[in-house]
Amino acid sequence: MTVDPPKPVDPRGLRPSASFPNHVIQEIQRAADVGVYEIRGFGAKRKVPNFDDLVLLGASMSRYPLEGYRETCDTSVVLGTRYAKKPIELKIPITIAGMSFGALGANAKEAIGRAATAVGTTTTTGDGGMTQEERESSKTLVYQLLPSRYGMNPDDLRKADAIEVVVGQGAKPGGGGMLLGQKITKRVAAMRDLPEGIDQRSACRHPDWTGPDDLEIKIRELREITRWEVPIYVKVGATRTPYDVALAVKAGADVVVLDGMQGGTAATQDVFIEHVGIPTLPAVRLAVEALQELDMHRKVQLIVSGGIRSGADVAKALALGADAVAIGSATMVALGCNKPVYLEDYAAIGTEPGFCHHCHTGRCPVGVTTQDPALEARLDPARGARLLRNYLTVLTLELQTMARACGKSHVLNLEPEDLAALTVEAAAMAKVPLAGTDWIPGGGY
Amino acid sequence: MIDVDLAKSDLRSLNSRLQAVSEGSNETEWRVLNPQGAHAVAVGLTQPIRVEVQGHVGFYCGGMNQMAEIVVQGHAGPGVAENMMSGKVRVTGNASQSAGATGHGGLLVIEGDASSRCGISMKGIDIVVKGSVGHMSAFMAQTGRLVICGDAGDDLGDSIYEAQIFLRGKVGRLGADCIEKEMRPEHMEALQSLLDQAGVEAKATEFRRYGSARKLYNFNVDHADSY
Repeated sequence: MTVDPPKPVDPRGLRPSASFPNHVIQEIQRAADVGVYEIRGFGAKRKVPNFDDLVLLGASMSRYPLEGYRETCDTSVVLGTRYAKKPIELKIPITIAGMSFGALGANAKEAIGRAATAVGTTTTTGDGGMTQEERESSKTLVYQLLPSRYGMNPDDLRKADAIEVVVGQGAKPGGGGMLLGQKITKRVAAMRDLPEGIDQRSACRHPDWTGPDDLEIKIRELREITRWEVPIYVKVGATRTPYDVALAVKAGADVVVLDGMQGGTAATQDVFIEHVGIPTLPAVRLAVEALQELDMHRKVQLIVSGGIRSGADVAKALALGADAVAIGSATMVALGCNKPVYLEDYAAIGTEPGFCHHCHTGRCPVGVTTQDPALEARLDPARGARLLRNYLTVLTLELQTMARACGKSHVLNLEPEDLAALTVEAAAMAKVPLAGTDWIPGGGY
Repeated sequence: MIDVDLAKSDLRSLNSRLQAVSEGSNETEWRVLNPQGAHAVAVGLTQPIRVEVQGHVGFYCGGMNQMAEIVVQGHAGPGVAENMMSGKVRVTGNASQSAGATGHGGLLVIEGDASSRCGISMKGIDIVVKGSVGHMSAFMAQTGRLVICGDAGDDLGDSIYEAQIFLRGKVGRLGADCIEKEMRPEHMEALQSLLDQAGVEAKATEFRRYGSARKLYNFNVDHADSY
């Protein structure tokens, strides 16, 4: 019997640096080459504790499940019951997050509106105002009031079914926006009262109020203009969540929208996306605790966003106490973002499907985040609406499946007791026990 | 003249009545008594009516105005005529910060002084201040005209886009990307017309013009110090 001679040890002794892995080296050298921080779209790419680190405890002997295909599991939710004369009635607790016309093309906005209408949920404007296509295609439309006030006008305000005062977003809490010049077409420029082709900086603070006391007055003005009819949401990025949620309630919000650090963006500094804010997982729990402390849980509704991808994510967010979720990045993915088609166009902008975050370039290969007519034609609004409608339906079916398995006849009956954590970090952040134990880290000494 | 006394009537009732005036209505002359610093007085109006507020107002008086003429006989709090689309708002006293913020159109006249951030993010509104303005006025101003008959605080026109600033007095320090520009005959003519429209006795020839150097319009690492 012969034995193969042992392979020689690689005499070079290559050892990668933990402090300087390849992607860090590449970023340092890119920064040195171009002298500009990286601006990109999409959300955080780093691994953070998330809903995958939780599991639902389905029923068995100690709980009864509901029959999957026979027994009802209600998914309807009402938002804005605190002050508004006309609250929003959602058929499903999954809303579409604010994304601007400008960041997205008109076809994408129309597709989103049609899909949201078909499944009975809301869609949301963004920086740049409301387009006619969006209003016409969306039965229930939330109008964002942002610091830039691009495209802001009282006629559109009065056409809205709810108003969302945007204080911050998960991708960049404390930061303003940036729509790069290459996306500023004639129509986008006109809507924003700025010249074509220039970088459009969006302010990080509102121009006419500072702090929660002022916000209370601002909200009162908005209510006066809209006759106290529509709900007013306040959207915050997840950072000092207990304080921010309490102050939003104090300022008079009907609904708090909480966006965790995984939330997406059309164009923000990479360093901001990856390093500012806290993950959605702890943020939900902190927000719910703040509402409970004020005896306002379920009275001021909580919408959670940032990294929601599946019905399981929705179920876990609701179990932690959210009233609804909002999806932005997943909406774009359903429309075709990062789909393996038009490979040569991905290559032309230096990326490939699965890695693309080039929303900021306006060269979206699948026609979602572009103003280029040829690219935008790749997303037919009717087809896009069908894709998104299918996806929202799947999310809802998954959510109902999870809720029924936990014995719930309404998805809002899911509760923290239905959850266990797979990691110590997730147990501490969500304040649910580590699976197989009754241990919740951080519960005191 | 229809009188509404805010000592006896609440704000919702006032705004509701003003907002309910229909096109062609005879209810075109209104007087608001005892505002006592109330916020959001006469907001969201949509018809060419005249509203005279006899006293001081709080935040956002005349907010998002369309076509109405609103006169405040007194001082105004922050954000007077914020996001105005058209019409006129006149303050006979002083205005607090962010006067005319993000206004898209119409004319705001402040007969006294205006505080900081006057005309912030303005998008087409004309603002004429007979007195002086505070720091960071016309910050990120996009289009429209800010006329200052007195002095301007530091960082005037910081990060300005295509708005024009006309200043008769002194400025402490110009903001990033804001420079003095040539005052050509067409600017003199347009400014004089605006001053006359505002009822301000001043000669356009006494003003200097400021606007954007346009160096921050597209990111350039060599201008990083200006960001």
